Amino acid sequence: MGDRQISNIQPSNHGDTRGGGSSSTLISFENVSKTFPDGTHAVDSVSFKVEPGQFVTVVGPSGCGKSTLLRMGSGLLSASSGEVRRSEGNLGYVFQDATLLPWRTVQKNVELFCELRGFDRSERRKRAKDAIELVGLSGFNRHYPAALSGGMKMRVSLARSLTLDPPLFFFDEPFGALDEITREYLNLELLRIFAHAGFGAVFITHNLYEAVFLSTDVLVMSSRPGRILKSFSIPFPYPRDLDLRFDPAFAELTGEVSEVLRDE
Amino acid sequence: MSTARHTSSRLRSSTYRLGPPIVVFLVVLGIWYAISLSLDPDRQFLLPTPNEVIDVGFVNQDNLFQVLEGLLWTVAVSMTGLVIAIVLGMTSAIMMSQAKWVETSFYPYAVIIQTVPILAIVPLVGLWLGFGFTSRVVVCVIISIFPIITNTLFGLQSVPASFHDLFTLHRSSRLTRLVKLQFPNALPAIFAGFRISAGLSVIGAIVGEFFFRKGIPGLGRLLDLYRARLLTEQLFTALVFSSLLGILVFWGFGFLGRLVVGKWHETT
Ligand SMILES: Nc1ncnc2c1ncn2[C@@H]1O[C@H](COP(=O)(O)OP(=O)(O)OP(=O)(O)O)[C@@H](O)[C@H]1O
Ligand SMILES: [Mg+2]
Repeated sequence: MGDRQISNIQPSNHGDTRGGGSSSTLISFENVSKTFPDGTHAVDSVSFKVEPGQFVTVVGPSGCGKSTLLRMGSGLLSASSGEVRRSEGNLGYVFQDATLLPWRTVQKNVELFCELRGFDRSERRKRAKDAIELVGLSGFNRHYPAALSGGMKMRVSLARSLTLDPPLFFFDEPFGALDEITREYLNLELLRIFAHAGFGAVFITHNLYEAVFLSTDVLVMSSRPGRILKSFSIPFPYPRDLDLRFDPAFAELTGEVSEVLRDE
Repeated sequence: MSTARHTSSRLRSSTYRLGPPIVVFLVVLGIWYAISLSLDPDRQFLLPTPNEVIDVGFVNQDNLFQVLEGLLWTVAVSMTGLVIAIVLGMTSAIMMSQAKWVETSFYPYAVIIQTVPILAIVPLVGLWLGFGFTSRVVVCVIISIFPIITNTLFGLQSVPASFHDLFTLHRSSRLTRLVKLQFPNALPAIFAGFRISAGLSVIGAIVGEFFFRKGIPGLGRLLDLYRARLLTEQLFTALVFSSLLGILVFWGFGFLGRLVVGKWHETT
C-alpha cells in the first residue's frame, strides 16, 4: 500500500508569462520521459501544453505509452525525467474502463468525488443531479452499474468528474470499447458538454476520425518508446456536427494524420 | 390467458424442482421399511421403522423436549462462538490488510489453526478451560474462524487497481479507502465466509460435547448418550434436529448475504 501516494506535481508558475507559458496554462509536459523499474522505456521526451479551451488529442499505436502519459500528468505516476506542471484546481479523469463502484447506484457513484472532497450532503446531491442531467442519464439514478450498457457507464464516469467542475479533463480512450454508432453519438455529446462546461482536455484514442472530429489539436505518438511525431492544428470551428466527416478538408486532414502514423 | 399460462408454467417448474427429491424421499423411506422389517426382532433396535421413530422420538413429549432443550443449548453455544469468530476474524483480517508485517507474521498461524485436526485440540482446551460453556464456545471459534479471516482478507485485498487510482487521485486517507472502497468490495466474500463458518460452528458445538460432559447436555451429548444406551429412535430425532440446524444456519446466512449484497452482486 506504500505506493498509493500521489506524486507531487509542480504547480504552474502563476504570474510568470515568460518562456514556460502563460499563467493560464492548464498543464504542460516538458521533456517528460518514463522508464519503468523493469526497464520498459514507455515515454520518450514528450513536450506539449494545454491552454483553456483547447481539446488536445493524442493518437498512437497500442502500448505506445498514452495511458502512462496521462498517469504522469495526473500524478498517479512520477516521471523519470522532465517536468509536469499543472495549474491549481481539480482534474477530471475518465479512465479506459469506467471504474464505477459496483455497490453504488448511479447517483452514489456520481457523488463519490464530492464525497471524497468532503462536500456536504445537499451540495453533493445537487451537483450529482446536475451532472447526471448534463450527460443525459436522468431517470437512471437508482440503477446499479451492472444494469447499464457500456456507453451509459462511460457517461456516469464522465458525470462523476463533472461534479467537481474541473478546468482540465483527461480522457483515456473512453469510447474504445464501444460500437461505432454509440461512439459517434457520444462524440457529439462530449462536444456538447465541452462547449457547456468549458474545460481544457487531453483525450486519448486509437481512432483517427474521432481524434480529428473532436479536437483543436492532434498529437501523433510513435510506437514505444512514445515520442510526439507531429502535431496538427484542427481548424474547423465549433459547434461541429457529423456532416463534418464528409467534408473534403476533414478527409484530407485525417489522411495526413494517418500518413504520419503509417510511416512510423 | 397469459397469466393462466404463467401460473401453469410456474406450477410445472416447481413440480419439476420438488418432484424428484420427493420421489427420492419416498424410495428411501420404502427401503428403510423393507430393511427394518426384514431384521430379526431382537436386532430391530438397530433400525426401527420410521413410524416407531416418530412415535418414540417426536410424539413422546418428554423425549422430544429433551432433544429440543439440547438443540437450544447447541444453538446458544454455536452462535456465541460464531459471533466471537466473526469479530475476531474480521478484526484480524482488517489489521492484516493494513500492515503487511501483521499479515506475514500472523497469517501462517491462522493456517495452522485450520490444519491441525480439531479432535487433537479439543481435549487440550477442556484441560485448560474446563468442560463447560467456555470450552465449547472456544472450540466453535477455533473451528470457524479461518474462513472469516481468509475471506475478509481476500475481499479487502482484491480491489482492482483502477479503483484505488480513483481514491489516490483525491488523496483519500487510509480510513476512507478502507471504509468506502475495501470494505464494500469485501462484502460478498465476507458473507460467503459467514455461511461456511456458521455451518462449521454448529459442527464445533456438537463435536465439542463429545468431550465436554459438564453442564446442560446439548445435541452432541444427547447423540452420545442415545448411542451408548441404544436408544435408536431418539438418536434419529437428535440427528434430524442437528441436520435441520445446519441447513437453517447455512440458508439463513445465504439469505442475509443476498439481502445485503444481492442488489449488485450475483450470489451463488
Ligand atoms: N507498471 C508498469 N511496469 C512496467 N511496464 C509498464 C507498466 N505500465 C505500463 N507498462 C508498459 O508501458 C508501455 C506503455 O503502456 P501504456 O498503458 O501507457 O500504453 P497505451 O498507449 O495506453 O496502450 P493502449 O492503447 O493499449 O491502452 C506498455 O508496453 C506497457 O506494457
Ligand atoms: Mg492505455
